[in-house]
Amino acid sequence: MSARGEVVLETRGLTMRFGGVVAVDQVDFTLRDGELRCLIGPNGAGKSTFFKCLTGQLKPSAGDVLVRERPMTGAEPCRMAQAGIGVKTQTPSVFNGLTVRENLFLALARHHAGRIADARTDEALERYGLADLRHRRVGELAHGQRQRVEIAMVVAAEPWLVLLDEPAAGMTHEEVDALAALIRDINRRSTMIIVEHDMQFIRMIGDRVTVFHQGAILIEDHVDTVLDDARVREVYLGS
Amino acid sequence: MTGMSERNRHLIVLGIGLILLFGLPWVVDVVTLLELTIYIVYALFALSLGFIWGHGGILCFGQAAFFGLGAYTYAVAAINVGESSGPFLLAILLPAAFAALLGAMMFYGRLSDVYLGVITLVVALILFKFVNSTANETYVIGQARLGGFNGIPGFPTLNWPGDPSAPLMPDEMFYLAMGLLIAVYFGLHGLLRSRFGRIVVAIRENELRAELLGYDVRLYKTAVFAIGGGIAGLAGVLFANWGNFVSPGVFGLAQSATAIIWVIVGGLGTLIGPIVGAVLIQFLTTQLGQQSVVNNAFVLGLILVLVVLLLPKGLMPTLGQLFSRGRRK
Repeated sequence: MSARGEVVLETRGLTMRFGGVVAVDQVDFTLRDGELRCLIGPNGAGKSTFFKCLTGQLKPSAGDVLVRERPMTGAEPCRMAQAGIGVKTQTPSVFNGLTVRENLFLALARHHAGRIADARTDEALERYGLADLRHRRVGELAHGQRQRVEIAMVVAAEPWLVLLDEPAAGMTHEEVDALAALIRDINRRSTMIIVEHDMQFIRMIGDRVTVFHQGAILIEDHVDTVLDDARVREVYLGS
Repeated sequence: MTGMSERNRHLIVLGIGLILLFGLPWVVDVVTLLELTIYIVYALFALSLGFIWGHGGILCFGQAAFFGLGAYTYAVAAINVGESSGPFLLAILLPAAFAALLGAMMFYGRLSDVYLGVITLVVALILFKFVNSTANETYVIGQARLGGFNGIPGFPTLNWPGDPSAPLMPDEMFYLAMGLLIAVYFGLHGLLRSRFGRIVVAIRENELRAELLGYDVRLYKTAVFAIGGGIAGLAGVLFANWGNFVSPGVFGLAQSATAIIWVIVGGLGTLIGPIVGAVLIQFLTTQLGQQSVVNNAFVLGLILVLVVLLLPKGLMPTLGQLFSRGRRK
């Protein structure tokens, strides 16, 4: 485990082009151990593309991604996961045709053999409040419940770095409150990056915030400072 | 899932399988037994496609490539070796290795499903074209002439292990084919219940999520494809021995397409579906072949259209649903 405060994730000049469009433009980004970092920005600001470059879902056109100083640029998503990084995608990415229990089992089976994985699955079902839903097919669940299943899958194996893309999307107020508490709890063990739209939610969990605008970092500071910043208001609301 | 537990369903399948295995040779004549043997061979071939497509999510338009490779490997090796045990194993391993190589190229190359379908189809057609054009006597492997469109006749058929002077009789061929079908069915069933199988099904459900959990999807899909190739090869060996003849037709488009129809009709996503589909369709084809009122292909096409429209899940999954609904009432 790295000492708290050490740089654990870094991008240097990270760029992603789609034809003539530059979605992410030479981004230098640094994340320290134990942080809970929010990435915000208006639609099309490039935060989700940046997120996908970090997780291996997109191969960047230029620049580097370093994970604990190891180059991981363009590594396959499975290699990122094997390096101890848990990822939740923007739309719930779960095994819809399988039960809640099987979903969690699959999240744990890569880390533990047979019976241990089974025991850990039952523990995780209890811990994340999914025990009552264990035999339900995930595809039959409500959107918020599916989000919860996915987050439980992402964090069940206790990755040291957790990346969540819009975890609060489509959740009710109660679910969002519970999610904020869960995220603070996860952050006790894992460093986190959260891409989010919902300003209320950012205030609830926020610590340091990075604002994206037109593919580049506009400002990076504490949540209160960022939300009071005139430039941030302008890119969100227009001048 | 359904009203009947999975365990009970498999016990019923095992029971029916064993009754057919030991009962049929006593009640039917040798001609019927031979006909049943070829249905079983086709069922095994259908199972190979049903496994990779229904459980691995890989739609292969050229499954006949592995079927044909199994048939030809056996014929060529049997002529050279003179005994059947080695060629039998080789004719399973070679198609499996070829499928592993082809699969690795496609899956590590991140080909999309459509291109995957096209490439498998083209590979089967290339093999067909190649083997079809080897009539010249310069095309020999050891002592075996490939024979081009004439095929390879008269190679040593399967014998009792280690004894080339004791070839299998028609009833023994039936026992072997049926026994292998039951073994492969339960082998695949066990595989799907294992950690490996659960991950394979998860990949079919959501490839990205499986990747993000750290499973190397490319490796698993390659393994599934290779297993399917090996089973198709096994079906090819039995096919070659059934008629004691192989011809380039085993690589043909019709062979691949028919397997897809068997799987669709029987039901995708089950192991029993492809078996039932193959036996049913082949039985119908044989019966229709004995009359000349309507064209055979027309009726089969009509059956496929009707199944797709009326039973989109296929025969066996629909029957399963009806059965469980009936029990609940």
